[in-house]
Amino acid sequence: MNSLVLEGTAKTPSISFSSDSGILSIHGRSIPENSAEFYQPVYDWLDQYALKPAPATSITIQLEYFNTSSSKCLLDIFRKLEALHKSERSEVSVMWMYEEEDEDMLEAGDDYRTIVLLPFELKKI
Amino acid sequence: MFSVYELYKKSKEADIVLSFRGNVTEDFMASVFLIMESKMEGDAQQQRLRKKVNNILVECLQNLYHHMDESDGEDQPEDKRSAIFLVCRDPINRYSIVTGNHILNSNVEKLKGKIDKVNAMTVEELKAYYREALGNSEFSAKGGAGLGMIEMARKSGNRLEYHFDPVNDTMSFFSLIIKID
Repeated sequence: MNSLVLEGTAKTPSISFSSDSGILSIHGRSIPENSAEFYQPVYDWLDQYALKPAPATSITIQLEYFNTSSSKCLLDIFRKLEALHKSERSEVSVMWMYEEEDEDMLEAGDDYRTIVLLPFELKKI
Repeated sequence: MFSVYELYKKSKEADIVLSFRGNVTEDFMASVFLIMESKMEGDAQQQRLRKKVNNILVECLQNLYHHMDESDGEDQPEDKRSAIFLVCRDPINRYSIVTGNHILNSNVEKLKGKIDKVNAMTVEELKAYYREALGNSEFSAKGGAGLGMIEMARKSGNRLEYHFDPVNDTMSFFSLIIKID
């Protein structure tokens, strides 16, 4: 299957998901007015990927800003990865990056780490 | 006659650094964000604060944007759709974000209840409530996840101040002040 690559904009993150390597990355800012619409291709890609995943899947999230509607979309992404991890067809891990000064982003990562049942690492940039 | 100088003095007195009245559009939101970002200088503490301000700003503007059409009934004149939006910064660098918009009277109680609920919570309770809401929430028709108020209260670290002014039989004017320091 093809990789998913979306260029970042002032409101949306750059997305780079590789099906061969299992390396996924969401980087930049996520503040679109309609987050569900923006993330739909990401969900679709993940559904396809789950049919034939790489042995290990590692997702890195490094966001500068995200709005609350994106926070729900991120959770939906984690839920899909959770299901994949649980199926034991790919070992999934999450790396949540935050800048040292950015306590809100650290806290957001901590929120997800509590909610999501995946190996979840918070890492200072 | 309308005095610009009086308006200037009043804005200064109220520490207003940015003000807008009209329809909130996608382009407008992008512009505000650019302006606020260009002001992201200063020491680490200042940058931390500004980032917090920008975060809350995005949420407020998108709230205005998504709820603009609430007052879009056929019998509503154009100005009922317009909102007011202010950013204030006092001399010791405390920020306030102020929004005002028209809402349907039928939604007043629900909104009031939502804000009162988060205002009554401690930091720890807010955190737990946020996590619960994030895990459970479904998208509303307007695309929001219903997390906005919780998130704004949590990030600002202050109580959300609000007021409703009755406009007529169907509409009220909702004012919200979020202090960030």
